Parts: sequence; C-alpha cells; structure tokens
Amino acid sequence: MQNSLTSRRNFLKKMAAAAAMTAAASMFPGIIFASEQDANLPKGANLDWKKGPCRFCGVGCGILVGVDKGKAVAVKGDPNCSVNKGLLCVKGYHQIMCTQAKDRLTHALVKKNGRYVQTPINEALDIVANKMKETIEKHGKDSVAMYTSGQSTIPEGYVASKLMKGAIGTNNLDCNARLCMASAVAGFLTTFGADEPMGCYEDIEHADYFITWGNNMAEMHPVLFSRMLEQKNRRGAKIIDFATRTTRSSTASNKSILFEPQTDLAVANAICYEIINNGWVNKSFVENHVNFSKGLTNMGYGLEDKFKFSDKPTKIDFESYKKFLEDYTPEKVAKYSKVSVKDIKYLAAIYGDPNKKVVSYWCMGMNQHTRGTWINNLVYNIHLLTGKISQPGNGPFSLTGQPSACGTAREVGTFTHKLPKGVVTNEKHRRLAAKIWNVPYERIPSKPTYHATEMFRAVDRGDIKFIWTQVTNPLVSLPKTSRYRPGMEKESCFVVVSDVFPTPTSDVADVILPASWHIEKSGLYGNSERRTQHWNQMVEGPGETTPDAWMTIEVARRMGYGDLFPYSEENHVEEIYKEYTQFHEGAKHGMAPLEVLKKESGAIWPYVNGKSTQWRFNAKYDPACDNGKDFHFYGKPDGKAVIWQRPYEPAPEVPDAEYPFWLNTGRVIEHWHTGSMTRRIPVLHKAVPEAYVEFHPDDAKRLGIRNGENIKVSSRRGSCILPASINQRGLPTKGQVFVPFFDENMLINDVTLDAFCPISKEPDYKKCAVKVEKA
Amino acid sequence: MPIKSYLAHPEEGQKKALMEALSKIDHCDVIPAENKDLLIVVTDTDNKTDDEKVKESIEAIESLKLLAMVSGFNTPKNK
Repeated sequence: MQNSLTSRRNFLKKMAAAAAMTAAASMFPGIIFASEQDANLPKGANLDWKKGPCRFCGVGCGILVGVDKGKAVAVKGDPNCSVNKGLLCVKGYHQIMCTQAKDRLTHALVKKNGRYVQTPINEALDIVANKMKETIEKHGKDSVAMYTSGQSTIPEGYVASKLMKGAIGTNNLDCNARLCMASAVAGFLTTFGADEPMGCYEDIEHADYFITWGNNMAEMHPVLFSRMLEQKNRRGAKIIDFATRTTRSSTASNKSILFEPQTDLAVANAICYEIINNGWVNKSFVENHVNFSKGLTNMGYGLEDKFKFSDKPTKIDFESYKKFLEDYTPEKVAKYSKVSVKDIKYLAAIYGDPNKKVVSYWCMGMNQHTRGTWINNLVYNIHLLTGKISQPGNGPFSLTGQPSACGTAREVGTFTHKLPKGVVTNEKHRRLAAKIWNVPYERIPSKPTYHATEMFRAVDRGDIKFIWTQVTNPLVSLPKTSRYRPGMEKESCFVVVSDVFPTPTSDVADVILPASWHIEKSGLYGNSERRTQHWNQMVEGPGETTPDAWMTIEVARRMGYGDLFPYSEENHVEEIYKEYTQFHEGAKHGMAPLEVLKKESGAIWPYVNGKSTQWRFNAKYDPACDNGKDFHFYGKPDGKAVIWQRPYEPAPEVPDAEYPFWLNTGRVIEHWHTGSMTRRIPVLHKAVPEAYVEFHPDDAKRLGIRNGENIKVSSRRGSCILPASINQRGLPTKGQVFVPFFDENMLINDVTLDAFCPISKEPDYKKCAVKVEKA
Repeated sequence: MPIKSYLAHPEEGQKKALMEALSKIDHCDVIPAENKDLLIVVTDTDNKTDDEKVKESIEAIESLKLLAMVSGFNTPKNK
C-alpha cells in the first residue's frame, strides 16, 4: 500500500513538473529542460524511441514514444520534426497515459436483454455485418449510415468511403469534421476551387503580423502559438487577437480587439472598404488573378429538417463590389460590431501596408458560424485585394482541430458529397473512383445525402435504421444533443459504436467494438499544412482491440464485398495507402511515397519530383502553375480566384428579454474535444476536472453570482447546470457566457442550437441565446 | 496532500542564487531551465497548512522576482 502511495505521489510530481515545463515552453519558446526529461525516464529502461504524429490537434506535432518491453512509457517532442521542433503541449506529453485507463474497452460488447455481454470480436463483427445487410435488404441502401472522424486515419477513412460509396452504393457517410472544418472547405472551394491552405507553418518565420480571427491559439494550437511568440520576442512580429472573448491568446498578443458575435462579417467588409478607399488595392494582382462574384443572400439557417439550399453565383465587376462596400464604412460598422472606428482602420492599415507581411489564422470561431462559408470568403477577399497570398509570410490560413481533419476527412473525403478525388456530383470523379475501386460506375450515387446534423435528424425521424460511428462521440459533440440523444436511443435504429473508451455515445449502442488506440496500430494522418504523416504500430493493444480500418474490412468481407477489400491484416495500411494515392497522382495533389513518409516527419503535398510544395498557386514554388504568370489559381477553370460579395446577416437566435445572454462554447488546453481521452489522463483531469460557465464580472455582480456557485444555463432547447467561473481562465464580454464542452457530465450541447451554414452545413456552436439562474 | 508546480522567475542575474535558496527549502524540488532564466518548482506537502508555509518560504526569497503557479492554475475552484 505504502509503495503504491509513494509511486502515485512520484507520478503526480512528475506530472506537475511536466505541466510546468509545457507552460514554460509556451512562454519561452525553445526552452530546454532536457536533462530533467531524461531523469524522469524509468531507471534502467532500454527505450526504443519510435516516431509518429501527436494524437490530438491538427497542428501535427512530431512525437517520439519511448517503448520499453512492449510498453509505451514516455513521450517527447521530435526535435527533427519541422512542425514543433521538439516542443509539445501538455496534452501531447501525457497522451499515452489514457491507454492505461481502467475502463478501457478491450472486448466487443453486445447488448442482450438490456445488458452488455462480452462477445468475441469475430462474433460481434458477424452481428454488425448481418444487421447492416439485413437492414439494406429490408429498407434499402440509404437506410444505413456511417459517421466517422477527423481523427480516423487515412486508411480508416478510405475503407469507410469505399465500403459505403463503392461497395454498398450509398452516400450516407459523413464525419465529425463537418462540425469543425466544413466552412473552411466550402470557403476554399468557392474562392479557389481547391481545398486546404496554400501556405505552411514556415509562414510564421516570415510574417510581420499574425491576425487571429476568433482563434484562441494559445490553448488550441499552443505549439504554433509558441512559435509565433518566439517571432514576437526575437524580431518584433506582432500578434493581433480579434475575438469575442478575452483569452490567454489575447493577453499574450500585442493587441486584443473584441467584437460583437456574428459581426466579424461586417468588420471584414469594412476592412475591404478601407483597403479600397485608401488606394491599398494591389491592382496588378487583382487584374491578373481575381474575378468578382456574388451569391444568394437571406439563405436561412438550416433549422428545419430536410433543409435545402444551393447558392447561385453571379459574376459582378469591381465597381459593383465597391458600391456594395459603401454599407460597410468603419463608422457604420462600429455602431453594431462594437469595434471602434480606430481599430477597424488599424486592422485595415496592417493588411493594406504593402511592406508588411500578414498571416490570418482562424479555426472554430470562423468555421462554426451560420455564415461560415461567407466569413471564410471575406478573409480571402482581404488577402486577394492586397495580393498577400501564397507567399512566405503572407496568406490566409485556416487551422484544423483534429489530427487528420485534412488528411482523412477532406482529402480522402469522408463527407457525403465527397470522393477521394473530387465530388460525387461530378461524373468524371465518379468514373475515376469506380475505376480504382473496380466497381460499376453506376453504383456510386451522384447526389449527396445526409450531412452530420441531417444524418442524426434522419436517425431521430427513423429514416436511418443502422448507424456505425467510429472515432467520434456525437452525443457529446453534436449541437442540440437534447434532440439527438433520444433519437439514437430509439429502437428504430441499430447503433454500432467503435471506440477506445466508453462514452455517452457508446451508452446507446447495440454493439460496441473495441478500437485500437493511435500507437497500437499503424496509420497516416494529414495535418493543417497539408503534411502527410506516417507511423508504425508501436505497441500491442489490450484484449481484442482492433484497428478501425481492419474492422471495416472484416465487415465488408462478411457482407460479400471481399473482392473489393483484398488487403492483408499485417500490411493493410501500406496497401490501402498505395491504392489511395492513385487518386491524387499529378502535380496538383501528388502525395509522398510511403518510403519517404517512413523516413521523414511527414511531407507536404503536392509532393512533386521528390519535393514538398510549401506555397501553392505561386509559380516560384508550385510546379503545378502552368499559366505563364506569377500566380495561378488552378482550382478554377480560368486560373483566377474569386472575391465574393457577402453581406452581414444576423445570427438566427439573438439574446432577448427572456434569454438575455449569448452562449459561446469551446475548448480548454487540457482537454481534447469531448474529453473521452484527456479526462482519463490524471494530470489533465486534475487540472480541469469539470466544465464551468464563465461570466463577465459585471454580469456576475449584477446577478449576485459568486465563483463556484451552481448556475443553470437554459435555452429554448435544454439546460445544463455548471459552476460559475469569474475572472479565472477567460473573460467573456458583458452579456455573454462561455462554457467548454469537454465534460460529459455537464452536456452544454443540450443547450446549443443546431443552426448551420447553408453552404457548408457546419453548425454554429458559438452563438445562441440563453438565460442563467442560480441552481 | 497537495502537489503543486510553479514557474519561478529570478531577479536579473540571480538564477543561481534562487536555485540555491530553493534547494534549501524542504518539500520543494527545483528544475532549472538550461537556456532561460526560469526555474520550475514542484512542492509536495502533507496538508494545506504546510503547503501554505512552503509557499510563504519561497515567496520570501529575495532573488525571486515572480512565482506563478502552473499545476491547477486558473482552474475553477468549484468544490
């Protein structure tokens, strides 16, 4: 007992020290405690350090996992990885500890007479395959669905897409990246005709200004933020935080500018107004490389089931666009954005200065927005008007939240409308997929079906009768879970959940499949800067845990599609990757061969002639540019990017007399998304054991609310009780409350609204109206 | 039985003195950064009273410019 207590205290001390090292690294980039890291390693251990990417966010830090006698015992940052240069955040250092959790799912569980019964994996996979087949026979192929993840590996996403679209012949496949990245995708496609950022992390070393749009990078992308801080300290680069809440990023920045929720649309237009009005337009860039368009307005908010919207772009000219911007003078916009005229002009002057390089960063603040595609377009407008794009230190850069939101969700295409190359609506793309998959072309349907929100609405309505979720926890992460939890509990739908730990989603499953964790399988991820990263299996998983890709393959074979899935268990990751890369052959999206990825800490696509392309669309760096000009936006038929005329429109639900507060939701540095992994890592769980509701001190004072007091946060959809947090981590503006969503015991998404951007179909978790009262 | 970690910032040129002073305090481990003026301090005490005493002792060191708690810092104290 004494030994166990001593060892637990030693462990906690090590964790406390590691947390402090991480905090130090974010304040002093490049700080070294190397001797102590080595001193913490198990005595006498003969560690074999294996390389891979971090399991958590989309930054894609390189890690080295120390393996001793078949067990992962240590993690350190990979000094040879250009992404993080040896740095890691607090989550990264502790990631492997979750695998030791006592409630780890080690065997398949099948619900029998209301109880979960441990079942051999082969038997469980038989049940899944039989149920899927039987459902299709009875109700048609569109009655079954898969919902996967931006944390799925590239092979996992690929076989899920091949099973659903190529084998079964349904587009009922979507993923949780719909909840975080879809607006960025729609923004890139509408403006450039090609998804994903054009720049790379090396921009950080070149930029004079970093403007973060609703993006708390100090907590969500801490390693990149520490790289920015290094540039701030070393050569005076400036960080401007433009947000609706004061965060750790705001306090570490040179300037913090706060705006009223939703009015980022108006401020972006006001910046463009100023750029034009002051003669800061890069005329030759605009003349040579840009078209102007407008789309439909008053698009709605997707609140109704089966909501449909298709934009209708119309070409306009520069003069019409200029006229449109007259509604967005700084003086007009300041009135409702609560951003001063001076600050709007300050932002415009930064972008407008031809001698300053500017990178704009954003993530959920802009993407989780009922006008998410528009605000993405509007930030591109700023960079296109000034020609500050596709050059070292100049560019718009949407960051991802998950480790393979780009590599899997976007590139493999695990969305209902996507294929590994292109979209289901394009005959050429369907024919290419059919050829590589060796299936009849007619089998791949040409129409998208359900995006994430509508998929769970269809479950609730009884239209979907079988759903298989992998690597995701929708009953914590979906908006308005107060509807979708009862929906998933209905007997009309057979639910299969594949995961590493029990979650509120596995609680409603008919079959729970035990998934291998990250380092217990081989895989590939793709990070925010188009970097593809490979790792080999490092340790064995417990019990009958199995890689998701292999479970999908086994189910496909049991359903009679064995000839389409000829992969070997030992080598399926490599075999799948080789098949997949055929989709992207060529200079525009060529992917690095596996041999290169095994050797290096990832490679950036397009990978051409043995070289990563760091800045796309710029002829100096990108071999795919072939129009003879300095820039070539080859995603568009005429090689020109589009400046979009997009207005400000209000949020669907705004505070009123009954529900007087804005509710904003988000994350904290210690926890990964819904907390299913990080809440099982003791040092992280102890650091932030539960969610809370942040108040502005003036609102708290007015309502007589004290720190720690239980508060009921209610909307028209549901309620949640949380302790109050005043003047602690973040500071919401007056009239706004903030709640992190990681805590499955305090489900704030019961309260949120399932409104979404009609173009990207990404929900808005940042704005709805709530009331607060003492519980 | 609190375990806490802190970042200790020394007064200019006083890193070594701070390191020495911290090393003399019971229940207190020190990890210096190799290339920056910063030390990590981890305290391990039996109860809250001892924890406060250790913290007071650290804060009384003259070569200490600033002590910032990390482990649990800014965590809502809701219980």
